[in-house]
Amino acid sequence: MTTTARDALIRAGRSRLTWPVLALVALLLVNVIVTPSFFDIRLQDGHLYGSLIDILKNGAPTLLIALGMTLVIATRGIDLSVGAVVAIAGAVACTSIAGAADSGGAAAAFTGIGLALLLCAVLGFWNGFLVSVLGIQPIIATLVLMITGRGIAMLITDGQIVTVNNPYYAGVGAGFVVLPVAILISVGMFALVGLVTRRTALGMLIESVGINPKASRLAGVRSRTIVWTVYVFCALCAAVGGLMISSNVSAADANNAGLWIELDAILAVVIGGTALSGGRYSLTGTLVGALLIQTLTTTVYTTGIAPEITLVFKALVVIVVCLIQAPKARALLRRRRTPVAPPNAAAPPEPAVAVETTPTRKVGQR
Amino acid sequence: MLRRLMAAVAGVALCGALAACGSGGSASGDDDAITMGFSQVGAESGWRTANTKSIREAAKAAGIELKFSDAQQKQENQIKAIRSFIQQRVDVIAFSPVVETGWDNVLLEAKRANIPVILTDRAIDSDDESLYETFLGSDFVEEGRKAGEWLVEDSKGEGTVNVVELQGTTGSAPALDRQEGFQEAISGSDIKIIASQTGDFTRSGGKQVMEAFLKSHSDIDVVYAHNDDMGLGAIEAIEAAGKKPGEDIKIITVDAVKDGMQALADGKINFIVECNPLLGDQLMDLVQKVVAGEQVPKRVVVEETTFTQEEAKKVLPERQY
Repeated sequence: MTTTARDALIRAGRSRLTWPVLALVALLLVNVIVTPSFFDIRLQDGHLYGSLIDILKNGAPTLLIALGMTLVIATRGIDLSVGAVVAIAGAVACTSIAGAADSGGAAAAFTGIGLALLLCAVLGFWNGFLVSVLGIQPIIATLVLMITGRGIAMLITDGQIVTVNNPYYAGVGAGFVVLPVAILISVGMFALVGLVTRRTALGMLIESVGINPKASRLAGVRSRTIVWTVYVFCALCAAVGGLMISSNVSAADANNAGLWIELDAILAVVIGGTALSGGRYSLTGTLVGALLIQTLTTTVYTTGIAPEITLVFKALVVIVVCLIQAPKARALLRRRRTPVAPPNAAAPPEPAVAVETTPTRKVGQR
Repeated sequence: MLRRLMAAVAGVALCGALAACGSGGSASGDDDAITMGFSQVGAESGWRTANTKSIREAAKAAGIELKFSDAQQKQENQIKAIRSFIQQRVDVIAFSPVVETGWDNVLLEAKRANIPVILTDRAIDSDDESLYETFLGSDFVEEGRKAGEWLVEDSKGEGTVNVVELQGTTGSAPALDRQEGFQEAISGSDIKIIASQTGDFTRSGGKQVMEAFLKSHSDIDVVYAHNDDMGLGAIEAIEAAGKKPGEDIKIITVDAVKDGMQALADGKINFIVECNPLLGDQLMDLVQKVVAGEQVPKRVVVEETTFTQEEAKKVLPERQY
């Protein structure tokens, strides 16, 4: 009995997800201690209202973008342009809606949203083209759009903050169907990606491209198509995220919308245990990572940490989480936990570490 | 012949600044027109675009030839622009510094070339005050003070008033000064700042911070936002919490851009302190004085006012930005 309990504990300790989840729980606990009403959720005008709901709503764009980023990173790539795509999506949608004849109508909202998604898909196509066809390093290829994208967004909005007054558009980021629409979209996309990549061979193909593109191509995997597709998908995720961000405030701010969100998204992926070197990826990990980042932000606001030290506080939490996840640091911790064990009992952690650092793993395992 | 021409050129150069100015003017074909080089920060907000437009129009009206350069929020671009203005031998250089420090070298070059420099909107941090003639810009501390004074007056006899503050970008001059002025004005009254957090001058920042404030503090009476955009974000957060902005929770902001004025006229904001970007006419006035060699004060404050809801309704149709 006790051995199974200990086995479970050891297994939990080895899981990459344990520490981010613990950090998330710890942050939530800090919030409850400072603000006892933190977990309170009530019904307000027919929708749920509370701090936890805010975390879900405001974390939805990061979550969605991190989802796209996970797949890109799994193919050994990276997409730095998502922040710019966020700005462009909002700019296109708001400018189109503001310029429509019936700017408060459903037709205007859907035209704007459609145009934004279309343009952003083209941008993703461009990124994918640079990486998969021309073979430019992903970090450089997407840097192009990261730099120029904000310029494009500024051009579209004329450098102004475009305000729209459209209830349908506002629904995407600020609307509720009991739960915030934004989180429903993000979680829906999440489930869809989980289903498509984990219940079919697609997930394994993506991982194989990330581990060794050449070998997988020789084995008959159409790596170019896969890489190209993940960049288009990532740009689409960024576009929807951008629509959420801009519709949440019913305005497009080309300068500030999605500023540095690419770093948040990459951080969420890394905290979730997906290695930047490609290969194995964890969707659940990304989910936890994105929620952790948003909870961190909300914690800063609710606990009244002074703005001057906000960044230091965030940095500390992130450093601790990353350190504790590093294979070497974890091996050290584990050794310390069993200091008096006989040599043959202390042996197992070594291969366990080796297994974790190997990018390969069984298909279907989450 | 050639030698004589070169001697003449050398002579002109030796004659110094005034002669040099004259020869520069004759090149452009008009001896009397003042040429001004202006380096703008960028086009990052509606406020900034209104600022640019005001300067362009005022220059045209005053008959000043304007060489305009957009720095796209980069100091290196601005330094390049100023150097090229010096080479073109403009009569006066004006610019809104992107950042506060690092200007000593390039301004020294301008000083050596005898070209006066005017700062607009933002100040620089330098020990050598002789590097520029004057600084024309808003007094951010005064803006904060005006906001605080209005609240003190408005909440007289109401007992304790709890204020939450939405700060601008941490460490920026407007954020620091607007906070300082506000605190100065409310000290000694029953008004208390119960929470303060940065919303980075953006709408979504203001909204997120306000959402969190509404949950961690049940007794908020007033929101003081360092700019309109954060105030607009706060309005949405307050509405989502089922409260009425402007009534259940009062809102004070700074800037007076169009969307903010609209919200003020709609009764969702209670008071706006203007931060006026339309400093073109004042700038041209200073330029003419500086070029004519008149003494100008080292610090000129832009003419600014405040708006209540009734005043906003009146002026809204003719607001330019």
